[in-house]
Amino acid sequence: MRIPCPYCGPRDAHEFSYLGDATGTRPKNPSAPDAILAFHDYVYPRGNPAGSHRELWYHTNGCRRWVEVSRNTLTHEITGARFAGASIPDASVPDASVSDASEKEAVS
Amino acid sequence: MRYSLFNIVVNGLTGNRFTEPAWRAATPKPRYDVVILGGGGHGLATAYYLAKNHGIHDVAVIEKGYVGGGNAGRNTTIFRSNYLLPGNEPFYEWSVKLWEGLEQTLNYNVMASQRGIVNLIHSDAQRDAYARRGNAMLLADAGARLLDRDEVRTMMPFLDFDNARFPIRGGLMQPRAGTARHDAVVWGFARGADKFGVDIVQNCEATGFLRDRTGAVTGVETSLGPIMADKVALTLAGSTSRLTEKLDLRLPIESQVLQAFVSEAVKPLIPGVITFGAGHFYVSQSDKGGLVFGGDLDGYNSYAQRGNLPVMEDVLEGGMALMPMIGRLRLLRQWGGICDMSMDGSPIIDIGPLPGLYLNCAWNYGGFKATPASGWCFAHTIATDTPHPLSAAYRLDRFRTGKVIDERGAGPQPNLH
Amino acid sequence: MSRLAKGGQIDRSRPLAFTFDDIAYQGYFGDTLASALLANDVKLVGRSFKYHRPRGILTAGSEEPNALVELRSGARREPNTRATTAELFDGLEAASQNRWPSLAFDAMAVNGLLSPFFGAAFYYKTFMWPKAAWEKLYEPAIRRAAGLGRAADGPDPDHYEKAHAFCDLLVIGSGPAGLEAALAAGRAGARVILAEEDFAFGGRLLSEKTTIEDDTPGAYVTRAIAELKSFTNVRLMVRTAVFGAYDDEYGALERVADHVAVPAPFQPRQRLWKIIPKRVVLAAGAMDRPIVFGGNDRPGVMHAAAAQTYVNRFGVAPAKTSAVFSNNDAAWRAAFDAHDAGASVKAIVDVRTDVSPEITGGAQKRGIRTILGGKVVSTRGKTLGIVSVETGHGRETLYVDGLMMSGGFSPNVHLTCHHGGKPSWDETIAAFVPGKCPPGMTVAGAATGTFSLADCLADGGRKGAAAARDLGFSAADPTPPRAESEATGQKPFWWVHESKGLAFVDFQNDVKAKDVALAHKEGFSSVEHLKRYTTLGMATDQGKLGNVAGLAILAEVSGRTIPQTGTTMFRPPWTPVALAAFAGHHRGPDFRPTRPTPSHAFAEELGGQFVEAGPWLRAAYFPHRGEPTLRDSVNREVLAVRERVGWIDVSTFGKIELSGPDVGAFLDRVYINTFSTLKPGKVRYGVMLREDGIVMDDGTTTRLSEDRWAMTTTTANAGRVYQHLVFCHQVLWPELDVRMASTTEQWAQIAIAGPRARDVLQGVVDDAAAVSAEALPYMGAAETTVMGGVKARVFRVSFSGELGYEVAVPARHGEALARAIAKAGAAQDIVPYGLEALAVMRIEKGHVSGPELNGQTSAADLGFARMASTKKDYIGRVLAGREAFRDPRRPSLVGIKPVDRTQMLRAGAHFLKPGAKPTTGNDQGWLSSATWSPTLGHSIGLGFLVGGSAMVGEVFRAWDGLRGTDIEVEICAPCFIDPEGVRLRG
Repeated sequence: MRIPCPYCGPRDAHEFSYLGDATGTRPKNPSAPDAILAFHDYVYPRGNPAGSHRELWYHTNGCRRWVEVSRNTLTHEITGARFAGASIPDASVPDASVSDASEKEAVS
Repeated sequence: MRYSLFNIVVNGLTGNRFTEPAWRAATPKPRYDVVILGGGGHGLATAYYLAKNHGIHDVAVIEKGYVGGGNAGRNTTIFRSNYLLPGNEPFYEWSVKLWEGLEQTLNYNVMASQRGIVNLIHSDAQRDAYARRGNAMLLADAGARLLDRDEVRTMMPFLDFDNARFPIRGGLMQPRAGTARHDAVVWGFARGADKFGVDIVQNCEATGFLRDRTGAVTGVETSLGPIMADKVALTLAGSTSRLTEKLDLRLPIESQVLQAFVSEAVKPLIPGVITFGAGHFYVSQSDKGGLVFGGDLDGYNSYAQRGNLPVMEDVLEGGMALMPMIGRLRLLRQWGGICDMSMDGSPIIDIGPLPGLYLNCAWNYGGFKATPASGWCFAHTIATDTPHPLSAAYRLDRFRTGKVIDERGAGPQPNLH
Repeated sequence: MSRLAKGGQIDRSRPLAFTFDDIAYQGYFGDTLASALLANDVKLVGRSFKYHRPRGILTAGSEEPNALVELRSGARREPNTRATTAELFDGLEAASQNRWPSLAFDAMAVNGLLSPFFGAAFYYKTFMWPKAAWEKLYEPAIRRAAGLGRAADGPDPDHYEKAHAFCDLLVIGSGPAGLEAALAAGRAGARVILAEEDFAFGGRLLSEKTTIEDDTPGAYVTRAIAELKSFTNVRLMVRTAVFGAYDDEYGALERVADHVAVPAPFQPRQRLWKIIPKRVVLAAGAMDRPIVFGGNDRPGVMHAAAAQTYVNRFGVAPAKTSAVFSNNDAAWRAAFDAHDAGASVKAIVDVRTDVSPEITGGAQKRGIRTILGGKVVSTRGKTLGIVSVETGHGRETLYVDGLMMSGGFSPNVHLTCHHGGKPSWDETIAAFVPGKCPPGMTVAGAATGTFSLADCLADGGRKGAAAARDLGFSAADPTPPRAESEATGQKPFWWVHESKGLAFVDFQNDVKAKDVALAHKEGFSSVEHLKRYTTLGMATDQGKLGNVAGLAILAEVSGRTIPQTGTTMFRPPWTPVALAAFAGHHRGPDFRPTRPTPSHAFAEELGGQFVEAGPWLRAAYFPHRGEPTLRDSVNREVLAVRERVGWIDVSTFGKIELSGPDVGAFLDRVYINTFSTLKPGKVRYGVMLREDGIVMDDGTTTRLSEDRWAMTTTTANAGRVYQHLVFCHQVLWPELDVRMASTTEQWAQIAIAGPRARDVLQGVVDDAAAVSAEALPYMGAAETTVMGGVKARVFRVSFSGELGYEVAVPARHGEALARAIAKAGAAQDIVPYGLEALAVMRIEKGHVSGPELNGQTSAADLGFARMASTKKDYIGRVLAGREAFRDPRRPSLVGIKPVDRTQMLRAGAHFLKPGAKPTTGNDQGWLSSATWSPTLGHSIGLGFLVGGSAMVGEVFRAWDGLRGTDIEVEICAPCFIDPEGVRLRG
């Protein structure tokens, strides 16, 4: 399986580490009365779809970027990949060139 | 018909005139007390023990394809109870005890063979961890032996003792562990359940659920029409999420592929089950002579029942590091099973989470060994609406309460378990 | 001798000597072992799996189920090697297998006589009485009888390589379709790889005599290969079997040196290729399949296509006088070739009654008798001597020593199925043809079910050109070479109902037509159940030959059509692949990389004994002369550190450099305690959790300056923590202005510990004042220089509990630093100490390490509850607040001493209350770490106990049933030395 890393180009999945579901969002408020439930829902349950799946891979033996990959779990076909978390403007890069690059989905 | 030597001789002499189907080909009735979705080992064992232990005979097992076509027919056939944590060990130990009498219970030779498992030890820290585990096994009456290097060498002289990157320093052995003929387990339970009147319906796909106004589950929609049931029990392994999705349930599982491999058959070479402690490789030899081996998950969500080369290479690097005399044997076949990997690496057997629904899933890569005890405890859960004491730790709410059972200490990331 | 006087593509000028079962024979260069055996009239080659029936050579390819031998000997012994694909080399040794005492007389052949009782799956119904007998009696006997050849006697002495290849088009198979496909794409300029499993290119063209462009097929192959070789964009790979279609890549095995006795020096035996193509043309051809009739397994019965191969390619007559039993025209053509070459054919028995006059005329012309509408019902002879035929007018006996059998052709669709695509049934050719193929794959030639030579040539060219066009190359469909468009005339026919004797469907596994019927009768009517119940298709040929016939028989007995009955899936590999090929050079010491520490060479000089610590090799201890045991050395090292000073290489700790204005805020979110308040020049110990509230790692982080930070992690978790931090930054909080890099390899780090540590340190730093007690207090850090200008960082931290420093220098100076420290410490009587002494001292001090940070323990379990801030969010905070984490019965960290101080504790023991029975229910926790403390003069340990610190002073038992000890222990606080920390502040 070859993952189209937005930085490195198509690379063998062997170079990456898999984390899983990319759809969850970490709850903002640890002091909310339902915080345990909110964090439980963030950490444990999964959609686990048979079909299109948005998932996080880390390019361990490459650029060391977290990459969000769209992949079909029935066929392993990859339809897109982009830098994870990059939709939030990167404060360390004032001209946001990284964000621009990440808007383009690298399609295999 | 009871299987016996007499039966075989008669059929041999008469050209199998008195042979009958191992189980009836049932067509589903409109309603049952219990409908079990998934005709693998766990589903059939559940049906068998529902009838045998609880007198519930009005049961249907609904199978999408043929019985035993999922993970029951795709595993590496090992049973063992070498677990560490108190939530697990007594459950798996009960399973081993059931394995020990399964032939006689089912009147079917499932070829359970207690040739033992040895987990190899390569460091002092590993020895300490295995000692903790071995003692946990002894506390649960499962039996365990700590082997030193020389004992391992006597038992398995073919391992690489002299030239290894990670030298073998000993092993933890469970002599009562072993292997069984996986398909025979399925057929034995199917035949046994059938004798009690359980309907085994093959080539019938569950497509959804029937629910009443309160949201309770009252039956299933299938490719052969709706079937009502007081209780609907799921034993769907890697396909669990695909059906619970229809109930808007999100479960703490990911379906991932685990590959397994078999070599061409050779004369007896390996005594029992061996697991490498410094890489991903475990192996046993089937009665036919093939080395049956595997390693780690491919490590990503998949419903494809097939894996890729990197994991194969990783597994065989382990194999060659451990026993370099297998190099010229040939890989005959590889396949993949869809494992319902959970967030703590331990299974779920529970009532609910909706009224009328019962869950049995999340067996990770280790469901085969659990087959008899899973059926035993799940049947109890369904019949009595209370968890069986042996599976009481396997409830779904443990992720909310924090009472997870994480043998490996890998945390909520399924591919690390 | 059955070698024909002329013909064949063997080199008769190069004779080769070989042995089979210790008898010497001779063959020629270009032979396979099978052709050479046939040439020497060796017909009995092996024994079957279950009934130990005598077996000969059935095919001429990798599908061979019968002629399996042990090739070579000793550590190079290769069991189950197909004689049909083994290239002959001078000195080849082969032996028959699965027989005792000899191939000719096999005692286990008695199984065959018992076949009425040993039918399909009989073992599931028996061997159950008495209960213990399965494991003691039956199973060992079955295991000995089963299996085929014997594994090698020792570690494989050969080498294996791995390689990657990228191309536009991968063409699999070099028969007519494959060659034309490669030519079309190659001419268009596409990068092409043509992979051929055989040791010669040409596929069926090597075996047939049909002309192409009025010339021999061999001449066409020569021209095609010459043209392909002229293209720099085409790579030809012979002896290379593409065995699996995986995601985006294909696995292929190149047999580099299997055709020589021993690989040349530095030459691998085999090479595993991972080929990443953009398009694939599968031109894998088709395979002749058997007919199921009585005695169809007898040596002398051979596939007609194989017989044709032996005659035309190897110049061997497989029999002196043959008969033919077939359902198609190809078998007749094979018979004609044999007859024309001088191997007499007595009769052709064909189940068809309407064979074309063109074909029957060919028989007439040669004087071969034809029996149309006939069937072979049985055979006799140890090797074939008699064939009994039902002619339609009665039974007739033919005295022949060869029977050429052909049930028609099945396309080789295997690789099309590797992504789960199911082949579909084509009624017109009564065979499965490709269904949904893996992405980018098209199928050409006979593999599509198009069998005529003209069609194969044309189809290959079209598919090759189409693939090239698809990739943007300009390629017109080529004009195919002129060739005959011969008919197949295949009529479905599977088994002879009137068979006498055992009629085999799966030869190697001895699955008979009757077994298929029995399986159906017992309800195993799904094709997968049939396979699993009867073992049909599970032999070394994986059902290549028998599956279709088995399926057809099942369809017939169950009253269904073949499509209704199903297909069987083909899984990788296409042909079996040596296990070592997948491992490559990752075996022995090279199984995984070894990471020595920067001071490794120096430690070696000092007599250090090394131990694996994950990927690292670290010094465990430094024995002195006169120290009989490890313990003696370790005790000395510990006492030396406690009393004087010692050094140890701690470079293996993970090191992460962080910079930017938001690092403090970032660390506050990943550690349970607060870091943003840390002052420059200060070090702080921190604990980080996973999001589920369990401890992930611990370590120190130093604020070097306002916006530069240096973190250390444990050795084991270095990679994991870095990945986690990157995740936190890139995915969770990209708005934080933080940059980080792993610098584990960049810095060497040496710890100096002991009351005299400062004196030693001051001997290596350039500015002694910079590390004075005042300038560098406990948990302080300084950036300075050592050894005359080498940049260094000095951290005043301690794992041992003594006054301690860790000095970090760029890794290339690590060894020099260790030597400098040893030299500077000579006056203080410094010792090098190893991991063992370090472990003793950390337990004495109660520091947690791997056994405690095992992924199952919370911060509170480890006694860090008070460190956890309640004023900020951090990873794991919320879920660490779940009820099970607050359960007072949760085991937590305590110290352990044996009540009888002479007794030895061992890690792994479980805690029981005095008098309690050893049961899971009575389990009170476990001893995670234990050691002998030379400082205290008794054994000590750390463990997790229900009730934790509330149990201090109580007596429990450390129960170690595994090693037969049961020791009374006293619970104490988890710190045995200097709990106030006076020494480390000294």
